[in-house]
Amino acid sequence: MTVGDIVQALELTVYCGKKGLERRVTGGYVSDLLSDVMGHADTGQVWVTLQTHKNVMAIASLKDLAAVILVTGHKPDENTAHQSEEEAIPVLGTHMSAFDVTGKLYELINK
Amino acid sequence: MRIVVPGRVETHILSGMTERMHFEHNIVGGDFTRAGYASSQVKKALKTLDVDMAIIKRTVVATYEAEVNVVAHACNGMMIVDIDGSTIQVVIQDEGPGIEDVEQAMVEGFSTASSEVREMGFGAGMGLSNMKKNADSLHIESEPGKGTKVEILMALDGREEVRSKK
Amino acid sequence: MKVKEIVRILDARILCGEDMQEYTVEKAFASDLMSDVLMLADDNVLLITGLVNMQTIRTAEMSDILCVVLARNKKASREMIDLARDGGIILIECRYSVYQTCGLLYREGLKPIF
Repeated sequence: MTVGDIVQALELTVYCGKKGLERRVTGGYVSDLLSDVMGHADTGQVWVTLQTHKNVMAIASLKDLAAVILVTGHKPDENTAHQSEEEAIPVLGTHMSAFDVTGKLYELINK
Repeated sequence: MRIVVPGRVETHILSGMTERMHFEHNIVGGDFTRAGYASSQVKKALKTLDVDMAIIKRTVVATYEAEVNVVAHACNGMMIVDIDGSTIQVVIQDEGPGIEDVEQAMVEGFSTASSEVREMGFGAGMGLSNMKKNADSLHIESEPGKGTKVEILMALDGREEVRSKK
Repeated sequence: MKVKEIVRILDARILCGEDMQEYTVEKAFASDLMSDVLMLADDNVLLITGLVNMQTIRTAEMSDILCVVLARNKKASREMIDLARDGGIILIECRYSVYQTCGLLYREGLKPIF
């Protein structure tokens, strides 16, 4: 499954990093604590969070995550968007809460 | 003169139905293990007075956000609570860095919190706007380098507009 | 969804509030940011979080959240358990990530807040 497949299935907004829509997704990670993501997220996971500042992209890049989904209508700030383009890691958005979008993502990945 | 012992509750029965309460709690800056203690005492007091649960929740969410702000930013502070038959007044004042621009600080997402505070689950810039959302009336005075005073007013009937009692 | 079902689905451990397992949560909310949790207006909410400190319990107390799942195999301190018990909060520890906790409970029919 690719990031693009998830965008389509969950009707997500693609804010930036379109070049990365072909990235393969291995699973998900839900966290709003950056140090936790640094310590525990794995390559190829989609990261669900409401954090929007640019450190999010630094961590997504370091951990080689597939994409970031911002929940409850949060939008990436300018720096984050810029870095998303550079790293080709898509930042996606939804009005759903973390529990909601994660439930759907889990069903999709474990189908 | 009325002498108040910090942490002790002083209750006067006014006229059968109406109770009056006054209490004060210290808030220690930087001590996150204790943050929320004062608000917890407010919650317990309001419960004993049979205040509507929805009003209790809005009150303590607002005071707790204010309390966390003191712990996160200031050296020390005080929560002063006055309850009478029609209103709950909570004043949270601290000795701390103050807020440079209160209007800017009210904007959702604006934050000066340290990364340590963020990793504690706070400091995402939602506290002040959440206080405003929950309080019937919110008044903030701040002097940079000196400290901040936050006044939260709640109407006990849940409808009546409360006026600042300054 | 009843607390005892949540415990079963997550293969979890109740730290306090064992006698309240018949309590029913209507909706779930997952977050590590307590300010985010404090914005909720709903009742009978289950909080799923990987933030494990005293403020997790304080936030539940202020928000009238009666059931909290601590995910990521995090261990609650003695002080946290005492505070939760004092506030009538059911505290549950589970070894799954927040991702998997949400996925499993959602699959079993627990509803989101919005």
